[in-house]
Amino acid sequence: MSAENWRPGASWPTLERRARLRGDLRAFMAERGVLEVDTPLISSAAPSERGLHTFVVESAGHLVPSPEHALKRLLAAGSGPIYQLGPVFRAGEAGRWHNPEFCMLEWYRPEATVTDIIDETEALMGAVTGLTCAPRRRYRDVFEAVTGLDPITSNTPQLAAWAIHQDLAPHTVEDRSDRAFWLDLIMSLAVQPSLGRDAPICVTGFPAEDAVLVETRANDPRIAERFECFWQGVELANGAQELTDVALARERMDREHRLRAKANAPETPRDDRLLAAMDAGLPRCAGVALGVDRLLALTCGFDALAPVLAFDWMRR
Amino acid sequence: MATFSTNQFKGGLKIIIDGDPYNIVENEFVKPGKGQAFNRVKMRNLKTNRVVERTFKSGDTVEAADVFNLDLQFLYHDGEFWHFMEPNSFEQYQAGEAAVGESAKWIKAQDMCSITLWNGTPLQVDAPNFVILTVTETDPGVRGDTSGGGGKPATLETGAVVRVPLFIEEGETLKVDTRKGEYVSRASES
Repeated sequence: MSAENWRPGASWPTLERRARLRGDLRAFMAERGVLEVDTPLISSAAPSERGLHTFVVESAGHLVPSPEHALKRLLAAGSGPIYQLGPVFRAGEAGRWHNPEFCMLEWYRPEATVTDIIDETEALMGAVTGLTCAPRRRYRDVFEAVTGLDPITSNTPQLAAWAIHQDLAPHTVEDRSDRAFWLDLIMSLAVQPSLGRDAPICVTGFPAEDAVLVETRANDPRIAERFECFWQGVELANGAQELTDVALARERMDREHRLRAKANAPETPRDDRLLAAMDAGLPRCAGVALGVDRLLALTCGFDALAPVLAFDWMRR
Repeated sequence: MATFSTNQFKGGLKIIIDGDPYNIVENEFVKPGKGQAFNRVKMRNLKTNRVVERTFKSGDTVEAADVFNLDLQFLYHDGEFWHFMEPNSFEQYQAGEAAVGESAKWIKAQDMCSITLWNGTPLQVDAPNFVILTVTETDPGVRGDTSGGGGKPATLETGAVVRVPLFIEEGETLKVDTRKGEYVSRASES
């Protein structure tokens, strides 16, 4: 370990803004009757989503990449609207806009639809940034505006061909059939940078490929009832109509575990306590996870996370 | 074979792509809200000096380039290759025009140069930041003018041409900044 970098990477005024932002977020939730809860940061299980990698704590479990599962167990036990504000952990996610340990605000509202929770997300963005969100747009439209391709009806080789033509594709990828891969690639490298230039914007109706614990649209199963909020090309929040069907949840979790194995990703224990809670009855609900460090960095005008963290990953 | 995973990527890392050595200039980790992560990497081809952008799947590994720097003494130019020697081992290396580039016009025998080697082959030759060279040709000096204003061209012993103050005469030795291609002072004054 190096003795350098013992000093904080954030200035005192930024740390004061950080404290104020956390206070503002708590006040917003309290005003709207959402109860603050604390759930364990170490869980005996881990999410199945193949894109999420956890840190393993020896003989204890996994550091949670989000409090989603525990919050859903509280909802199934009858909690009413709840939120958690605090650290979460994601292995391997380090970069300008990623710190493997980061601060997340995650909240759930029983009986809410995805539209209700988008309204609430926009109200929260307005309250903390002072900006009015840009009119929400469909994933389909923002994707087509950049690529000329309809992400729902285009076939996977068409998506792959576009990405390869734009020189966005990794040269090592031969497989042109993994639809989620090509959608993720095009969305993150070509579409996302243009989103929310002037004010935060919510993008709705993400493709169903990445949906695990998310409802798909009743009349169109190709589309998930999921949205993301972007500001200055950075993803700030991510929310959904939560899946309540336990059989479907089990099926999709097992699918993710198979995809993990295929990709040689670390195997994780399936969260059977979550499935038991869903079996007992998760109320119809919607929820959102919001990256607090990113929100703070953008409100302060920084183009990276490090200046808003007392000690970023390199100084931990 | 040494390899690097994308999570070790950072500026300055040397890797092999399609058989060529590259230096990573910038590495951006990109990950959608749900889904898979990528690294978008700007990197410089050390043979051609061109900067390209490439995407990698996070977690992919690439071969490490065995690239390092040595301080070598310039011996002579045979018309095609520039020959250098490691002063302790006396081991000799020859560098082609692509590797020597602009440095050719600043170096003379016995100058120490920083050479980037890949698999024992010089990829890049950096002239010393400052060199001492003799003026072989310039218009006659203007006596009494030490202001340095205006200036005139002077050809140096290596063939390089730099702007010098009007008072500089043929046969004088000058200190030159090779990074800017500029006269600094008379060698005796430095």
